[in-house]
Amino acid sequence: MSAPAVARARGGSRLRGAGPGGTLAGTGLLLRFMLRRDRVRLAVWSASVVALWLYVVTAFGALYSTAEERQARAALMTTPASVMMTGPGYGLEDYTLGAMVANELLLWVALALAIMSVLEIVRHTRAEEESGRAELVRAGAVGRHAPAVAAMLLVLVVNVVVAVLSGAVLVAGGLDAGDSAVLVVAAALTALVFAAVAVVTCQLTAHGRGAAGLALAVFGAAALVRAAGDIQERHGSALSWFSPIAWAQQTRVFVDTRLWPLVPSAVLVVLLLVLGAVLASRRDHGAGMLPDRRGRADARPSLRSPVALAWRQQRTALAWWTLGAGLMWLASGTYVDGVGDMIGDLAETNPAVAQIFGADGGQGLVDAFVAVILLYAVLAALGYGIAAVLRAGAEEAEGRAEVALALPVSRGRWLGAQLVVAEAGAAVLVLAGGAGTALGALSVGVDDPAAWTYLLAAASYLPAVAVVLGLAAALYAWWPRLAGLAWAVLALVFVVGMFGDALDLPDAVQGLSPLWWVPRVPAEDPRLLPVVVLAGVAVTLHVLAFAGFRRRDVPAR
Amino acid sequence: MTTSTERAPGGPAIEIHDLRKTFGTTHALDGLDLTVRPGEVAGFLGPNGAGKSTAIRVLLGLLRPTSGHVRLLGGDPWADAVALHRRLAYVPGDVSLWPNLTGGEAIDLLGRLRGDQGRAAARRRQELLERFELDPTKKARTYSKGNRQKVALVAAFAADVELLVLDEPTSGLDPLMEAVFTELLREAKAQGRSVLLSSHIMSEVEKVCDTVTIIRRGRAVESGTLQELRHLTRSAVTAVVGGDPAPLAALPGVHDLATTADGDGTRVTFDVENDQMGDVLAAVAPLGVRSFTATPPSLEELFLRHYGDELAAGGGSATGAAR
Repeated sequence: MSAPAVARARGGSRLRGAGPGGTLAGTGLLLRFMLRRDRVRLAVWSASVVALWLYVVTAFGALYSTAEERQARAALMTTPASVMMTGPGYGLEDYTLGAMVANELLLWVALALAIMSVLEIVRHTRAEEESGRAELVRAGAVGRHAPAVAAMLLVLVVNVVVAVLSGAVLVAGGLDAGDSAVLVVAAALTALVFAAVAVVTCQLTAHGRGAAGLALAVFGAAALVRAAGDIQERHGSALSWFSPIAWAQQTRVFVDTRLWPLVPSAVLVVLLLVLGAVLASRRDHGAGMLPDRRGRADARPSLRSPVALAWRQQRTALAWWTLGAGLMWLASGTYVDGVGDMIGDLAETNPAVAQIFGADGGQGLVDAFVAVILLYAVLAALGYGIAAVLRAGAEEAEGRAEVALALPVSRGRWLGAQLVVAEAGAAVLVLAGGAGTALGALSVGVDDPAAWTYLLAAASYLPAVAVVLGLAAALYAWWPRLAGLAWAVLALVFVVGMFGDALDLPDAVQGLSPLWWVPRVPAEDPRLLPVVVLAGVAVTLHVLAFAGFRRRDVPAR
Repeated sequence: MTTSTERAPGGPAIEIHDLRKTFGTTHALDGLDLTVRPGEVAGFLGPNGAGKSTAIRVLLGLLRPTSGHVRLLGGDPWADAVALHRRLAYVPGDVSLWPNLTGGEAIDLLGRLRGDQGRAAARRRQELLERFELDPTKKARTYSKGNRQKVALVAAFAADVELLVLDEPTSGLDPLMEAVFTELLREAKAQGRSVLLSSHIMSEVEKVCDTVTIIRRGRAVESGTLQELRHLTRSAVTAVVGGDPAPLAALPGVHDLATTADGDGTRVTFDVENDQMGDVLAAVAPLGVRSFTATPPSLEELFLRHYGDELAAGGGSATGAAR
């Protein structure tokens, strides 16, 4: 992978021809190299996003073909749980296909594109620096800012391509061309904002994982601010406007389209890039803004086992995740209060709402809201857990597993240490979701459902989480090169969890997600059987993982 | 150690016979034979990609052999990995450390995972840190390659083990540190430890190794003591003689004979197979010898002889391959 980079970087004459002697020399060449290197990866991302648009437009068109069906859906979209998962609710009065797509999908497309963009930026700038490959490239006639600028151009190109294809898909689905264009541009521009955020975070920390995590945390905060603002007030409150995600949604596309809310996004991209360039000019190659401190000359007595080592490796990331996610769920929990206030209005204006949530409409809404927050918490914990499990692959690829296994450490003990720490961390995050939401609700005086219910609800997801992480572990143990498929499993779990009912996916498909089998406490009653079956599957997958890892070569080819 | 007396006393520390390891269609090891006797320092020579690291990983139970016989300290490296690893220390060629641990923490961790304890180990660690001039308070991510190598070397030499498995351990070390390494290797040998030293630095191997195995494309092409290897091959002879040296070319075992005028005599250079040396001397003596030197082949020459055709085919320089 780095071989072409090396080859080209050494081809100094070509690089010199690629630009002036300034800090941008070599940008064009690097851009071409990045496109070449990531052609498969980017094609998969782009195709997935375009397919998501296509599928949702088609499915919504078919599922909600009459005005009555669409208005029933619109009524559902006014609940706080729905607002949290969608947008500010423009066009709910006359919920056309376009308004529906814009209101319900823009957030998720922006999320997908933002994740792609952040990962690409980090991958081509900080991660390359961290690995030392960038040193070879920069030793050629390549300017200081060239890798970052080329990475940003790469993200721009990909987002433009995705926007054009997505727009074509929307128009083919029967939507207005002008509005479709605004919608896809809004999504792309939002992704670029977070790409620019990543450019800045890449200057702050010397580690690619930290830079990506920081940028995605900014997305999480933006999503939370948007959700909080929009729950406060239909069509968004002043708070909403502090979030770049809201700017895209405030274009009121397909309802009463306006373009000016996209201006702050464009301005923010420029400002962030300038900030990134200033920071980059002030730091050394390979360094962050904070210098590395000296450490202990000898190890603490506790650092004496593979588990202690794995914990030492992962504890910082886990602490930050727990803090960040915990605060997010705490904040979300405080909105349980707002749900209660809305009940009266909703029941009056929308009989459908009361119908959906049964006789105790009010409590049903609160429970559904809590269930959605907990689902978020579980998905976030799964994201952390998969990344943590797959760190075993990084340990192996970078030769550290070899160092450990050349000691009197058995295969099972080593893998067990990686998995125990990774999965316990995911469990902590799941429970932090329950505890955070409960504390948030208590802090605003809502004590029904009771605090223990939140924890029970969160805990009932643990076997399903263990199934997904066990699958990731088994993939890594048997076919390390396919371990990345665990992310595809997360995508499936995510789509089923978020869109399963809206898209009326058949149970056979939804059942592929382990989370689908878990009763959504407190909206549903807890049941023991799914928990037991899922636990059995999880144990089986882990046994398979250990069996596979015992018999294969390390490092795997 | 007590365990060494329990298990096959006097048996080889490492015994590999007809070892094969394939990755898909690539034959990384293709019938390798290698023996290291107890207390012996064995050099394991070969260019990049010859299969040295693959063989070492099989010995460490990291790779499962496709076929062949492998015994390590009397045990099966795959099945008895954990028990065997208590009795050996390993230094990889490209040491990768946990980036957020300091060098000192990594050394302690490696020692503790092996089960080393006590004051003696701590003293030894301190002594080695001083000899290698390593700062143990720096985070591993800030270490250069040479310093990462030192961390692994300190951990390995501090361990009370029977066998050291060293895979190109001095890559990245400066000459001073190489000298420290050579010294430590001699001390290890004096303490009766066995050593498998994979290397492509000839001088290092010539200095400390009792035996040498040269590996090429996954099989041993030459093995024995350095002395034996030299006997099997040719010495370079340069002589100035008064008579006509041309008839020497016809003698069995003489190769590449060349002559140049040297004053009123003739300078003659040729290679001679060592077992024919006596006949050649008898033939040279009557020619009126004015000077005579015979140089045994250096390890580097031995090595190059085995890889010479590859060099010709690859167009590489001799020094490039012999590094």
